[in-house]
Amino acid sequence: MSDARPTLNIEIDGKPIEVAPGSTVIEAAHALGIYVPHFCYHKKLSIAANCRMCLVQVEKAPKPLPACATPVTEGMKVWTASELAVTAQKGVMEFLLINHPLDCPICDQGGECQLQDLAVGYGASSSRYVEAKRVVFHKDLGPLISAEEMPRCIHCTRCIRVGQEIAGIMELGMIGRSEHSQIVSFVGRTVDSELSGNMIDVCPVGALTSKPFRYAARTWELARRKSVSPHDSLGSNLVVQVKGDRVLRVLPLDNEAVNECWISDKDRFSYEALNSGERLTAPMIKQGGEWKTVDWQAALEFVAQGLTDIVARHGPGAFGALVSAHATLEELALAGRLVRGVGSDNIDFRLRQADFRGNGHATGIPWLGLPIAQVGALDRALVVGSFLRKDHPLLAQRLRQAVKKGTQVSMLHSVDDDWLLAVAHKRIVAPSRMPAALAGIVVAALRATGKPVPEVLDGIDPDMTEKAIAESLASGRSKAVLLGNYAVQHPDAAQIHALAQMLAEATGATLGFLTEAANTVGAHLAGALPQSGGMNAQAMLDDPRRAYLLLHAEAEFDFARTLAARTALENADLVVVMSPFAHGMPYADVLLPVSPFTETAGAFVNCEGRLQDFRGVVAPLGETRPGWKVLRVLGTMLRLPGFDADTAAEVRATIAADTAAIAARLGNGTRVAVEAPTPAVAGVERVADVPIYFADPLVRRSAPLQLTADARPPVARMHRSLFDTLGLAKGGQVRVKQGRGEAVLSAVVDAAVPPGVVRIAAAHTSTCGLDGLSGAVELERA
Amino acid sequence: MNAPSEFLNYGPDAILMVGLNGRNWRLADYVARGGYGALKKIIAEKIPPEQVVAEVKKSALRGRGGAGFPTGLKWSFMPKNYVGDKYIICNSDEGEPGTFKDRDILRYNPHMLFEGMAIGAYAMGATRGYNYVHGEIWAEYLRCEEAIEEAYAAGFLGANILGSDFSFHLYNHHGFGAYICGEETALLESIEGKRGMPRFKPPFPASYGVYGKPTTINNTETFAAVPWIMRNGGEAFLELGKPNNGGTKLFSVSGDVERPGNYEVNLGTPFTTLLEMAGGMRGGRKLKACIPGGSSAPVLPGDLMMATDLDYDSIAKAGSMLGSGAVICMDETRCMVRSLRRLSYFYYEESCGQCTPCREGTGWMWRMVDRIERGQGRNEDLDTLTSVAGNIAGRTICALGDAAAFPVISFIRHFRDEFQYHIDHKRCLVPAYV
Repeated sequence: MSDARPTLNIEIDGKPIEVAPGSTVIEAAHALGIYVPHFCYHKKLSIAANCRMCLVQVEKAPKPLPACATPVTEGMKVWTASELAVTAQKGVMEFLLINHPLDCPICDQGGECQLQDLAVGYGASSSRYVEAKRVVFHKDLGPLISAEEMPRCIHCTRCIRVGQEIAGIMELGMIGRSEHSQIVSFVGRTVDSELSGNMIDVCPVGALTSKPFRYAARTWELARRKSVSPHDSLGSNLVVQVKGDRVLRVLPLDNEAVNECWISDKDRFSYEALNSGERLTAPMIKQGGEWKTVDWQAALEFVAQGLTDIVARHGPGAFGALVSAHATLEELALAGRLVRGVGSDNIDFRLRQADFRGNGHATGIPWLGLPIAQVGALDRALVVGSFLRKDHPLLAQRLRQAVKKGTQVSMLHSVDDDWLLAVAHKRIVAPSRMPAALAGIVVAALRATGKPVPEVLDGIDPDMTEKAIAESLASGRSKAVLLGNYAVQHPDAAQIHALAQMLAEATGATLGFLTEAANTVGAHLAGALPQSGGMNAQAMLDDPRRAYLLLHAEAEFDFARTLAARTALENADLVVVMSPFAHGMPYADVLLPVSPFTETAGAFVNCEGRLQDFRGVVAPLGETRPGWKVLRVLGTMLRLPGFDADTAAEVRATIAADTAAIAARLGNGTRVAVEAPTPAVAGVERVADVPIYFADPLVRRSAPLQLTADARPPVARMHRSLFDTLGLAKGGQVRVKQGRGEAVLSAVVDAAVPPGVVRIAAAHTSTCGLDGLSGAVELERA
Repeated sequence: MNAPSEFLNYGPDAILMVGLNGRNWRLADYVARGGYGALKKIIAEKIPPEQVVAEVKKSALRGRGGAGFPTGLKWSFMPKNYVGDKYIICNSDEGEPGTFKDRDILRYNPHMLFEGMAIGAYAMGATRGYNYVHGEIWAEYLRCEEAIEEAYAAGFLGANILGSDFSFHLYNHHGFGAYICGEETALLESIEGKRGMPRFKPPFPASYGVYGKPTTINNTETFAAVPWIMRNGGEAFLELGKPNNGGTKLFSVSGDVERPGNYEVNLGTPFTTLLEMAGGMRGGRKLKACIPGGSSAPVLPGDLMMATDLDYDSIAKAGSMLGSGAVICMDETRCMVRSLRRLSYFYYEESCGQCTPCREGTGWMWRMVDRIERGQGRNEDLDTLTSVAGNIAGRTICALGDAAAFPVISFIRHFRDEFQYHIDHKRCLVPAYV
């Protein structure tokens, strides 16, 4: 031990070990490599000591003690496999099995069941129990978790504790006494947490199993392959389980530095999209208004010819690429090379960004600003503009654990979302008031430290909450100001960035970006944005191009201004869509089936700048090809330089050698000068979240995820005052007009939305007709 | 709650339950009996808290709830220099089958309890207290509510008691009848509004109790004895009983006796004396078996019981426990299998379901005993029963597992022939109970 804390000397099974005070016997045993049988104990959960499987013999204790709950004391002697211990363990095993159905042959957990495994070591070959077994009624916990066979439950309460402690919400509990006790959800409700799938993982028996995976395969038939989640910016490590050429299940791969032992439900269940009927399995060309399946040669020749013609006729600037930050580093790098190869610089992945005034003023690639693992060790954090729980489920989880240990998390946002953690201070303001509120915190922080307040902020008078947030940030040693996806997509994003930087400097906090997608940092590295005066995503739509390349992006869902995107693409001469899915038919001219993350080698760079590469886990479906290979062939056809790499790793080597090389390019500074915050927008403003299961092409097409509560169609959420002003009644509908678009939605009163604001989710068919994620909207009763 | 007679007769030894007629429970009556005198004296003379604890230690008062832990010692476990609220809790969750003594204190002499708690709070530096009343004695809860209002109004409870700087806020709180909530840590959970399930110890309540604060939990009768001790001295209390077993004890005598009821006798009194007070066995029958300390205590054969004195150490020597002082007497018409089936069903129903051996084992034991009673016993059942009970005892989070196992083990140990007869002949050895 590096620190000078005293240690205790104990002995387990005759082996001496030094352990820290406060450790438990089971921790000490595990440190020695001694396995103590257990069910309810889980390293990340609170101690329940209810299964009694880990009973061990302790010197001077008359009775066997549970290793999971017994703190070590100096000189303690423990025997984990003595006669006393083993007799107790076997006794417990007998009790666990008497009411267990022993239906292993038809149980999905068979082969990966802790009870089955331990029964081999501690169970008898026949049972003394001749009475009737308990029957427990099945439960409907929603589309993700199957609780069809609850008699298998051994009441370890791990699922309850995952809900309470990790997900932050108690959606499962135990009712009834004695052997009538059973695990239930709250009266008739489903389990809706975005981390619910972890309950399946921790269940040591087959009581809670994966509903989509149900009866799909036996565990020993599955090949296990490492991969990386393509969804949020955390880059959760995955074990993708494959039978034949089909992905059948996704589980977490332990990585303490990234996802610990958890993954979010989108990491876990999005694979269902891989097998969906919406997959594009062969290249297609639109000729004379008719879609025709063609071979790759024909498709790529068509693209090469089309591009060459347009560039020849309208100049290279007529070509632009709109790419997704869910694409791999290699795809993005080659897409950039293609665009620049033909002489254009029009490429961008920042499709939902509205404010590009910070362009060219950044000091580096925006990133988290600190290692992910350190998020849990922060003393103070201010999260600005984030739908934290849904955008970053596992970062929220880290903060949730931190708060329990005393971290103060404050929030500046436009809706009062419940992050399921105790937020110290909340400042909830309309979107247009966001810079002013942040400026208030800045001014309070500057005044508190006696630093000069810049002249442009003279008119700012911090309110109580803003002062409290500044005060919170002034204390503590390790602190951060974290900008969420909403802050980045905000129409005043550049000012928010500049103000956040000023706040971080004033309080000694680290400035960080939570970053939107699995490869947002990677997209910067790969150069998937203008580098020499090219057009950004917004400019390419405002001033439409003749030819577009769309890589893993969908016009209807992935843009800040979906309406403008649709129009621009529909009016273009050539639109090339590269996607694993058949979409974009109304505006595309060519559809090229490219691999999802499971069918290609590639890499993502997560929010902390960690380069995580992966290999394809299954063969590409049908005529699908890895995107980087398609781009390589296209580049070669166009006789462009830089397309001769043979492997994804070679492509990667040309842009980012390793995590260390990446670190040198990261930086969250901005040279944008702070301005006086602009006055509030008159009228009603829109706040748009990108719901967790609409956020990227994979989750959108995962059938089980689309059945969850989080995937319900968007409604117009508003404060009671606005609801009443509009003369709405319960169950009423509202017509929303934004720009030249409109939508009719159900109106719902939501106390979490400030007055004068309407919350309408983006990335859904019912709202993609609206023009912009923010700004003024007109509402009327429909 | 009408009094059965003009005077409630708890026997000649009674010191706590004396002079009661069922109607004189009010504050004025209690004060007339010298009540709150001890509290007044302590406050007036500013007796140091340590001295109060020392007096209780001297009295050899032991926990009346069942475990018999020395009260003074328990009180001394409370951290002295703790910053923040400390709690004391009265466990009036009297749910042990056969036990009905605390109910009499709550309904006939509630102020004695409140005074005892106030003195306890003074001694331990507690500022808040709860009197957790069993959910199935609602009328008693309401009476406590009425009585506590009187005590607050008279300044015996609340802020600045009797004008001193000692404040103690006491609240009555009722459960909903779950037996497990009488287990002290399950009781804490219940007060906190959670599902009543025992906590794993350590940490013990003295360091991490209700709301995570230092907490001492005592039985109703334990607290009720404190005013007498403080008035008459620990020495006097001790002398009523015998060394290590100070004072009097309320015994709830039930079963096949002429006059079932509560009797207060000096600890160390022969069991035969108590039986006489209860009018002897009904119809002059013979005592076949006796459970001396509530249903959780091992059963003793009648002749062994007849030779035993009523104190913690003597009953332990005889192979059982004094427990809560519920003396269940069974005469020779009682079928031991049927009796055990009733007890086993109780523990099966009342197990909280938290930990494996108790949740699974209590149901198994009940089903086996039930089968034997129904004439479907198997030869191996008795050994299996003993072994299952052994696998529960000592391996659970709380003592309910032990409480469920002890009756099974002791009934089979002492009355194995009767169980065997049931298995062999598929009917009862004793004639049907009339």
